[in-house]
Amino acid sequence: MSIDMSQFHQVFFEECFEGLEAMESGLLTLDMGDIDSEIINTIFRGAHSIKGGSGTFGFTVVAEYTHIMETLLDEMRDGRRQVTQPAVDVLLGSVDCLREMLTAIQNKQNINNASVAKHKAALEVVLNGGSMVEASAPSVEQELAAEEVAVNIDPDIVEEESGELEEQGWKIAFCPYLDLLKTGNDPVRLFRELNELGELTTLANIQDIPGFYELDPEECNISWDLKVVGDISGDEIREIFNWVEGDCEMEIQPLAKTVKSAPVVNEVTPEPVAVITPNNPTPKPLEVKAKVVAENKKSDSQDSENEAAKTTAKASSIRVDTDKIDTLINMVGEVVITQSMLGLVGENFSMDKVGQLKRGLAQLERHTRDLQQSVMNIRMLPISFVFSRFPRLVHDISSKLDKKIVLKLVGENTEVDKAVVELINDPLVHLIRNSLDHGIEMPADRVAAGKPETGTIELKAYHRGGHIVIEIIDDGRGLDKDKLLAKAIEKGLIEENNLLTEKQIFELIFMPGFSTAEQLTDISGRGVGMDVVRRNIQSLGGNIEIISELGKGTTIAIHLPLTLAILDGQSVAVGDETYIVPLVSIIESINITERMLNKVAGKGETFRLRNEYLPVIRMRKIFNVHSGNPTKSKEGVLVVVEGQGELCCLLVDELLGQQQVVIKSLEANYRRVEGVSGATILGDGSVALILDVPGLVRFSIR
Amino acid sequence: MAEEAENKDIDQYHYSKNLDNAVQYLSFALGKEEYGVDILRVQEIRSWEPVSRIPNVPCYEKGVVNLRGSIVPILDLRERFNLSKAEYTPLTVVVVLQTGDSNKTRIMGVVVDSVSDVISVDKTEIQSAPDFGTKVSNEFINGLVSVNERMVMLLDVDKLLKLEELDQDEG
Repeated sequence: MSIDMSQFHQVFFEECFEGLEAMESGLLTLDMGDIDSEIINTIFRGAHSIKGGSGTFGFTVVAEYTHIMETLLDEMRDGRRQVTQPAVDVLLGSVDCLREMLTAIQNKQNINNASVAKHKAALEVVLNGGSMVEASAPSVEQELAAEEVAVNIDPDIVEEESGELEEQGWKIAFCPYLDLLKTGNDPVRLFRELNELGELTTLANIQDIPGFYELDPEECNISWDLKVVGDISGDEIREIFNWVEGDCEMEIQPLAKTVKSAPVVNEVTPEPVAVITPNNPTPKPLEVKAKVVAENKKSDSQDSENEAAKTTAKASSIRVDTDKIDTLINMVGEVVITQSMLGLVGENFSMDKVGQLKRGLAQLERHTRDLQQSVMNIRMLPISFVFSRFPRLVHDISSKLDKKIVLKLVGENTEVDKAVVELINDPLVHLIRNSLDHGIEMPADRVAAGKPETGTIELKAYHRGGHIVIEIIDDGRGLDKDKLLAKAIEKGLIEENNLLTEKQIFELIFMPGFSTAEQLTDISGRGVGMDVVRRNIQSLGGNIEIISELGKGTTIAIHLPLTLAILDGQSVAVGDETYIVPLVSIIESINITERMLNKVAGKGETFRLRNEYLPVIRMRKIFNVHSGNPTKSKEGVLVVVEGQGELCCLLVDELLGQQQVVIKSLEANYRRVEGVSGATILGDGSVALILDVPGLVRFSIR
Repeated sequence: MAEEAENKDIDQYHYSKNLDNAVQYLSFALGKEEYGVDILRVQEIRSWEPVSRIPNVPCYEKGVVNLRGSIVPILDLRERFNLSKAEYTPLTVVVVLQTGDSNKTRIMGVVVDSVSDVISVDKTEIQSAPDFGTKVSNEFINGLVSVNERMVMLLDVDKLLKLEELDQDEG
């Protein structure tokens, strides 16, 4: 029977990435002084399940790779090996490498063998004698060195392999734990598979079997000495035992001749648990390793290619708390009950049933609202999905910059819409890089300024009103107003004798082409960032503000709507058409007559609002609406709106009402329309367009 | 298949020598002309209902309607092909078509005068379209086929529904 395994691939990948994330965060929280065995266990479990899964799905490259990681972690877990910073760094590198491999497999691309081999070699070096690598961050030179070492080791392995091949077979001491059978594993099945590889001789040790009355039939009291003869690789055998690993003690050795001149690997791990027998007997990895040095230079460019490929479309899915689904099912049940009740009322309706009908409708309304809310809830994810990536970023960059920085996360469980979660990541990365690079000073400078040597960046999320607020707070050097002004004048962004408020000065850094850093680094400072950050956040319907005090630190606050799927809107009538203006952008609405508008140069029009002249956009004109009663447009309603910091007035015929609308995409089946951000369906089933206020402002200027 | 075999005898125009080569088209009328679209692209046929206008788009893009929760644009084929305009009546028909590749499908409605028939066409009987000059630009037409001595123009749904993109890069 063959099952199409590919249907499980998506789940497997998701689980792997989750496992990788768990491993990464575990590795980052490891405190060298005081090792928490629980954390090591978590990391180990992550590696173990990835290995198991990838073995099952036939991704042997991944399985082999994880196997090495697992061995290392296993030794750490048993306390046989010191947990050192270099080892942790190598493991972090491996996590990245695994992620790359899995992404490549997921996108059906070729795995970057060079980089895999590089990381593998580094891992093996640590495994063979961690002390050899004193270095902390695996910089290119060190990795190169590591590769050389790896290449040096290889001849040993080759020699070892040739030894193996002569013997043509394996001896396996298989000693399952008592509960092997309870885990659903059957030794007989294993033996059958072994027998398929080669001629199998089994010898059962039954001396441990208790007397008949003490015998628990669910326990496995037998151990076996197995002998397989044939041209088999160690991996093939290990693959068979993949699933029972952890449920048994076993030792796999080449037949006869005891392993002479065993590679270092074996000396380090004499214990029978998860023994590493000579590395890959297949000569292929060796070739790859030999090429590594040559390919190393290339691999950088390949990395960036992979990076680009990573962003290609992938099926989006979401993991939902079962509680949320239960609530949803419950709610649907209620709706069905109400519906059938209403059906009964309607079946033979008479006027005396009006009260019942009204009650039913009220109930239906409540249930529908609840249902809507719980459906929306499904889309809500804790912001920790984004935040969890930052400890790694801070760790990497701060060690690169030789700064001491701790990242504090507050309010990780604050829930936001999935779309927001996906889109907020890049802006946040940018802002945090900025804080790391420009905000926090070098340790020496900090001490000189009377601040603690270690800088703090706090990443905070909380709800306020219908918004979520994300704050990035650093206790670094803060923004220098005078410097900002001078820079802006120098770049010709503002006039020399322009008087600006503090807030306006800080806003300068969002202007394109603005960078105050004296020196460009590869981390930040090219001046192409902040304007993009602001644009991204505005496209999410949010805004960003800066509070900063020189020498004390900077706080960047991002306000975002909780969800992108629902919007509070004001419906307005223009002719026969109904449009929705997002409530957030409306400042006020004024009833006016034609006389109150001033013509400018016979073309544009302005309206004087409390000593300020605001441009007027006639919706009829800009949207070419000719329907409805044209005389009515003599008088109308001015809706004062704010779009991208500019105030302007929309002239509409009538205000209709406020309502929450569900945003539907126009682009899904149609295309982008200027001045329109989306569409929604009104109570009567017709479609109304949602106005894109900043877009309208831009559109009207042209 | 059995039914199709029966039809074969009843209606010689549904007859096709080689069933593997047969393609079914939905034919509809625009004025006196008859057009056909691949029936696998037809999602449903609806009656005309008022649309919500979209500002500043070509006149043949009539607007959008709510189709069970999705916003679906409606194109007027008469206007698309520069035929004379017709009054919309309750009998006016909207054919909802699917377009796009496996990654992303779009749904659009086209307004036609009336739906005529489902025709089976042998692929080999499809003639390539001659150059029409003005009326219906050649780009939409896959070929011609003659059914009941009438000429049916077979439309390429993907090309038909490809909207001219707005000037996306404004500044």
